[in-house]
Parts: sequence; structure tokens; C-alpha cells
Amino acid sequence: MKTKLLAAALAAFAWTQPAAASSGAPKPPTLDWSFDGLFGTFDRAQLQRGYQVYAEVCHSCHALKFMAFRNLEQIGFTPEQIVTLATQFEVQDGPNDEGEMFTRAAKAADHMPSPFPNEKAARFANNGAYPPDQSLIVEARVGGPDYIYGLLVGYRDPAPEGFQLQDGMYYNDYFPGHQIAMAPPLSDGRVEYADGTDATLDQQAKDITAFLTWVAEPNLEERKRLGVTVMLFLIVFTAMLYALKRHIWSDVDH
Amino acid sequence: MEAKTWKNPVIGWIDSRLPIFTMMQHDLVDYPTPKNLNYWWNFGSLAGIVLVIMIATGVVLAMHYTPHVDYAFESVERIMRDVNYGWLLRYLHMNGASMFFIVVYIHMFRGLYYGSYKSPREILWILGVFILLAMMATAFMGYVLPWGQMSFWGATVITNLFSAIPLVGEYIVTWLWGGFSVDNATLNRFFSLHYLMPFVIFALVFLHLVALHTSKSNNPLGIDVKGPQDTIPFTPYYTVKDMFGLGVFLLVYLGFVFFSPNFFGEPDNYIKANPMVTPAHIVPEWYFLPFYAILRAITFDLFWGLIPAKLLGVLAMFGSIIVLVFLPWLDRSPVRSARFRPLYKQFFWIFLAVCFLLGYVGAKPAEGIWIPIGQAATAYYFIHFLVILPLLGFIERPRPLPASISAPVTPAGAGIPARSAAE
Repeated sequence: MKTKLLAAALAAFAWTQPAAASSGAPKPPTLDWSFDGLFGTFDRAQLQRGYQVYAEVCHSCHALKFMAFRNLEQIGFTPEQIVTLATQFEVQDGPNDEGEMFTRAAKAADHMPSPFPNEKAARFANNGAYPPDQSLIVEARVGGPDYIYGLLVGYRDPAPEGFQLQDGMYYNDYFPGHQIAMAPPLSDGRVEYADGTDATLDQQAKDITAFLTWVAEPNLEERKRLGVTVMLFLIVFTAMLYALKRHIWSDVDH
Repeated sequence: MEAKTWKNPVIGWIDSRLPIFTMMQHDLVDYPTPKNLNYWWNFGSLAGIVLVIMIATGVVLAMHYTPHVDYAFESVERIMRDVNYGWLLRYLHMNGASMFFIVVYIHMFRGLYYGSYKSPREILWILGVFILLAMMATAFMGYVLPWGQMSFWGATVITNLFSAIPLVGEYIVTWLWGGFSVDNATLNRFFSLHYLMPFVIFALVFLHLVALHTSKSNNPLGIDVKGPQDTIPFTPYYTVKDMFGLGVFLLVYLGFVFFSPNFFGEPDNYIKANPMVTPAHIVPEWYFLPFYAILRAITFDLFWGLIPAKLLGVLAMFGSIIVLVFLPWLDRSPVRSARFRPLYKQFFWIFLAVCFLLGYVGAKPAEGIWIPIGQAATAYYFIHFLVILPLLGFIERPRPLPASISAPVTPAGAGIPARSAAE
């Protein structure tokens, strides 16, 4: 028990370490994401699949507290669909007129409820490890989406020869220190996609990573779109200012 | 300031009672500026504009931010998600801090290269050093406000520096914290001071400008203005040049804001502060890295432990900025511009390289080869100011100075085509 706790504590600690700082952790593969680049956008169908992976798999341990169900409209769900999706989760509300707290089905305005009431409960259910909230996980890790994808597909069982894996831990190529308390969460056919896409491990890992990137920064598309407009304006405006400067300075010997 | 008659009777009425229009005419329009300023002179006005952008975005951010350990991190995320254009305001503010330091560092190195700190501009320069100090305090406290892991641990490391002060150090740290660790009281006072300091900076900038407009701008030749033929009015010539510079600057600044807003940040700061979990590497924001390297360079006690390494490191770090105050008297050369100082010019570039090296070392873990490299660079930093600059004044043979600002362009005032001579 003591070693388990220690291992879990180490694992929890390791989560906060930047990947670059760890010794010998290989760099995760660089993927071609639809949201990369100056004109990058999210693939709505992919985000919806990613939401399904989160709801059916990740949510059993990981919270997503900064996402409200109403936000799902941004990724192409209709308000009716959102009501249906939200009712699959229960949230605590209250106190009611009798002073009692009660649970009810979630509404569009609610945030995604946490799978555990508190950190202690989460640790108790997870061998002492604390599954971090995933709302900002893509921004909070060196390597961003590439790292999250690499982590999800980077499990190796058995661990490489000579690697001392502690009890209840798993070997991962890209996790700093290689020992991770999270069991491999995804495998081929772990979910059955509503849109009929073949749910390979690779596909699920890409979809959930794209979804989490959107949750981490829901304004990414608006930011890039506005940025392109602003840049185009500034280029023209600055060029005109340069011409004006040349004109005004033309009578100065300098 | 001679009285001017204003066409508009309302302006005339106000101006005869409160001469703000005369002042504006005098300092923003007529201000005689050397006509040979190059683009390195754009960075002063840029810094002023960035300060205004920081105050404007900061005031709005403060309307939505909650300075409490339980809500600060969440309130920042609320700004990012639910406040209209909150993401833009925050990214502007966050990247604006980095831009502010880039602009001010360039502004300072321009001053170093062209000798802008020398008589009669000593006070102008010293006010600039105070502005830098105030900026550093503001930036440090601002970085604590999002209450991420680096916010918390950065605050812990930096406030702990004061514990190095002999005898009363521990008490001072407790007093700074408002408790026995970085906690809610600390966050609250940092928020309060972070809102106050920009206005202190604003006042210092105002004095900086009063001093500037008293001794007038230096120029790339570093020689005094000899007469009206050497100057042009600030408006329209430098207003339009500054506007063009602003356009180029905004392209860079907004390029980061819109396309790589977290480029200067640490991923760890997107993890909420946790006093129970120390990040593996606590690194300050990039603009503090050279000073962080100097702080960590001192790994040895002095006088048989009478001055412990930690205190020495803190003194070295603060000393690296305080030494700038004395720069006008450490540099003995009467020639301002490095253009006419063949030796100083080389030492300037070496010094610049050493500052970059210090920044690089500051980002590395304090182990192995980085310790001696950091120590050598720190030693050189101080040697540059305390040994090289005073000696150069005696050793160096400066090149002959031109007779006037106009002279190199139109020798002896003859009507040589200006463009072919200058380009």
C-alpha cells in the first residue's frame, strides 16, 4: 500500500513536469492538425466524435469543468441535441424550499459535472492518483495536442526490458518518467461512433485530442479569423503610412 | 513658452487660463528634433504606446477578474470564454507585457550604443532606470494574478529572496506575504499594487519626457544640435515616422496575439496553483531570465560565511540594475556615439551578447556547465560597467566628430543632393 501511494504521489507529481525537462522522454510525433496554421479551423464532425469519446470514456475519471453544455452548439450540435446530451448527466442543485440539496438532470446552461465529488474521492477511486481536469490539458502540457495524442497511443505492454515498473503503473513512451498511473484508456473499438467512422485507437486519440484542443481554447477559430483580417488591414495601413512618411520627409536633407 | 494666439476663441479662452494647448503645441508639434534620428529612436514612443495599451486592457480585465485564491484562476478562464472579446483583452495584456520589455530593452540598448545617458541627460537616463524597476515590479505582480503554478511558485521564490536580508529578512517576508506563505492576502495586495504601479510608471514617464524636452533628444552622431538647421519640428516629421513604426510594431505584436498567443508563456501556468506540488523547473518570464541567471550565479559564501551566497546573489541581482544608475559617471569618455568610439563599439556588442547569454543560462537548470558559464557572464556584466567603461575613457582614441548634424549630409552647407550623400 505504501509503495502504491508513493507511486501514485510520484505520478501525480510527474503530471506537472514539463515533458522537455524529463530525461530521455522521446518527442511525440508531430501531427497535421486541422486547427494548425494561420487559417486553421476545427473539423466539426471530429469534435463531435471527440465529445463522444470524452463522455463515454474519459468522463469516468476526468472532469471538464470549464465546458458548459451550451458551448457544444459551437461544434455543431443543435440546441435539441444539446438538451438530450445534457440530460445524460446529473448535477447537484439546491437547496430546495425544504433546505435539501438534490440532484437533477443537467441542462444546457450547466457545466460538465465532475465525476467525483472532490479530490479525495477521486484519489480513493484511482489508486491514489488524481486524474486532472481536462479543460486546459492541451495548453498545460509542453507539446500541446501532439503530446496528448502521443500519450494516448504511446502505451507499451510489457514495458521495455530492464525498466522497473512499479505496481499498478503503466509504461508510456511519452509520459515524463514513463510511469503513468492511468491505464490505457483507449483501444480499437472502445466506442462506437454515431457517424459510423471506424473507431480505431488512432482515430479515437485524434478525435479526443482535437476535442480537448477546442475545450482548451474555444475561441481559436475566431482568433485566427480576426487575426487574418487585422493583419491584412495593418499591412495596407502601414504601407500607406510608409508612403506618407516618405512624402513628408522628401523636403528634409537627412 | 511664448503666448500664441489661437484662432478658435474657445481654445484661446481655455489656453489663457490653463495653457494645455500651448504646451501641446510646444511639446508635440514644435519640439525641435534632430533631423538625423534613425529607426532605433522609434522605441521610446512605442514604449509609451504599449503602456497605454496595457493600462487600457488592464482596466477592463480588472472588471472581470476576482483576486481570490479560490476564484482567480477560474475568473481568468471566464474572461477567456464568457466575456465578450475577453480572450482578446487577455492575450493583448499578456503579450503586451512581453512586448513592453522587448521595446524597452531595445530603447535602453539604443541609449547605451549612442551614449544617450551622458551629460546633460543623466537624470533622463536615471528616470529610465526607475521606470525599468517599476515595470519589473508590475510585471512580476501581474504574473501572479492568474494564480497558475508558475504564478504561485514564481511568487514564492522571488518573495523568499527578501529572507536573505540579515536579521530581519524572515520578518520582511512574512510582512510582504501578509501571512506565513504566499496565500490569499498576498494575491490581494499584489492585485492592488499591480493596479497602482502603472500609474506610478505613468508619472515617471511624464518626468522622463520633461527631462527629455529640457535637454532635447540625442542623435546617432551623439553631437549637440548647433542650430535650427540641424532640427526639424516633431510634427509632422516624427509623428508620421512614429506612426509608421507603430504599424510595423503592431504587425509583430498582434501577430503573436492572434497566431501564437502562448508563445511567451509557460504551459505550467495553465495548471491552477497548488502549494502541495512544486513544478520541476521554476522559471520566471523570459524578460527576467538574465537577472535570474545573475541571482543564481553566486553559489559561494563570502568572508567565511559572513555574507551567505543567497544574500550575495540577491545583491548581485539588484546591483545589476542599480549599476545602471551610475553609468553616466562610470563612462568617462566625452564622446557619446559608439560610431566614433572604435573600442567601445566592440565592447558594446560583446556586452549585448553576454546579456543574451545570461538570458539563455537563466532558462537552463542550475547544474553542470551552466553554473560556471553563468558565473563568467555575471562577472563580465559587472566588469563591463565597473572596469571596461572607466578604462576606455582613457585608452580609447575616438574618431574625429563631424562639425554638425547637417555637416555629414551637406558638407559645409553646400548644396549637395542630400539623398545621394546619405544613402
